[in-house]
Amino acid sequence: MASTEEDGSVEEKENNNKKRTKSAIAVAWLTFYNIAMTAGWLVLAIAMMRFYIQKGTHKGLYKSIARTLKFFQTIALVEVVHCAIGIVRTSVIVTGVQVCSRIFMVWFITNSIKQIQNEESVILFLAVWTFTEITRYSFYTFNLLNHLPYFIKWARYNMFIIMYPLGVAGELLTIYTALPYVRKTGMLSVRLPNKYNVSFDYYYFLVIVMLSYIPLFPQLYFHMLRQRRKVLLGEIIVEKDE
Amino acid sequence: MTSQGSRKAVVFFEVEILDAKTKDKLCFLDKVRPLHKYYPQWYAARQSIRLDPKGKSLKDEDVLQHLPVGTTATFYFRDLGAQISWVTVFLTEYGGPLLLYLMFYFRVPFIYAPKYDFTTSKHWVVHLACMCHSFHYLKRLLETLFVHRFSHGTMPLRNIFKNCTYYWGFAAWMAYYINHPLYTPPTIYGEQQVRIALVIFLFCQVGNFSIHIALRNLRPPGSKTRKIPYPTKNPFTWIFLLVSCPNYTYELGSWFGFTLMTQCLPVAFFTAVGFIQMTVWAKGKHRSYLKEFRDYPPLRSPILPFVL
Repeated sequence: MASTEEDGSVEEKENNNKKRTKSAIAVAWLTFYNIAMTAGWLVLAIAMMRFYIQKGTHKGLYKSIARTLKFFQTIALVEVVHCAIGIVRTSVIVTGVQVCSRIFMVWFITNSIKQIQNEESVILFLAVWTFTEITRYSFYTFNLLNHLPYFIKWARYNMFIIMYPLGVAGELLTIYTALPYVRKTGMLSVRLPNKYNVSFDYYYFLVIVMLSYIPLFPQLYFHMLRQRRKVLLGEIIVEKDE
Repeated sequence: MTSQGSRKAVVFFEVEILDAKTKDKLCFLDKVRPLHKYYPQWYAARQSIRLDPKGKSLKDEDVLQHLPVGTTATFYFRDLGAQISWVTVFLTEYGGPLLLYLMFYFRVPFIYAPKYDFTTSKHWVVHLACMCHSFHYLKRLLETLFVHRFSHGTMPLRNIFKNCTYYWGFAAWMAYYINHPLYTPPTIYGEQQVRIALVIFLFCQVGNFSIHIALRNLRPPGSKTRKIPYPTKNPFTWIFLLVSCPNYTYELGSWFGFTLMTQCLPVAFFTAVGFIQMTVWAKGKHRSYLKEFRDYPPLRSPILPFVL
């Protein structure tokens, strides 16, 4: 789900800052990275607002910020590497899935299906992403600097309650609107016969992606709610073990 | 865990069992009665009894007298969840692919367009592939029934759903394309490719079987002992010199052969995923061997000689 946040990493990192010291280079790099990403998404947010104020419409907005969006969202792939080399204590798979779902939304839906770029649903998920990412990256930054203002922590663990469903709505609506164009152009699809004896129908793939939100969204949402109770309200939650 | 009275002085143990998470006292045994007489829903296979709440489970064969406890022993209990026997899981997860593939091979209705119902492919490689696939899973079923000696009787119930989804899903996906009316037989090296692939496949099937027999012979019937496997007179087992888990090596080889034979991307995919999983298992097994045996042969790699 594109608008999820890395949750486990937060307290694990908070614990880690107390329990083990990361190497100075790792801390320096991560601080730089998180500041850069905060800045990047801030730039995106400001560009979006400026466009809307100046032009009074959201038509053409995506096009104007497309390059910046693609740049900063794609760079996020490096977060998977962070987990893989251990300087960030989150599962590689969880991070991988989250980043990939964002990349998928940007490159395989919005970027490649030009006809849906002016849809309101696109603006919706872009707004949600921008807000979420600014909160998330500034949270990490302040954490690394050991000076976390409460309002950032509050935002990270409360805003998702509305942001997350809104983001999902934006993404699902966008994919749904894109379906007819995918069908018509047959993009990214492979038909039989071919010498590798495989076929792939992007249209049905997208339908399956949409359906997969049904089991995945509640799981991730309730996971975030539990994290929130633990971090903000100090509840001790006995996890169901495997 | 059993309790035996010694011959001369009778030592009485008082045993209390606490829940590992909540530390509630579950029962207090001054006569040793099985735990599930107090809690019938927790049959033996579900019980994990340990000396430390976060420690490893005690084994069935452990004897109370030989454990580091005083006369009042405190054990911690964890419910492993609903269990299912390994044999049941294996039979189900292997039976599915066998049947599913045949359904596609015979082009049972509602899979392909109606005009193809109950027709057969005109390509001989398709018939060959069906024979190989069916042979492979039949072999697995028979090995489950007659060859393998399992260390654990049971595994968590949810595994059967996970495993069956994997095996059945992939079998259906591969079978769909291989038996499709628009299937294209190998084009890169044609008939020669199929022949070489068949040789590789058969070689690895025999190899895999040889390893299973060798591993079975390491373990007397009904026992759960672990020994270092060594090459036997059977040349297919000589690979033990270089590899800890040659059963996985041969399995990879078989599927590689099948991929070559069918030239089908989903098959390549299945082979790749299986390879990754088997490598994880092989590395784990290799590590346990190294931990358990001081004199473990240093030349061996987990799954691929010298490489992995």
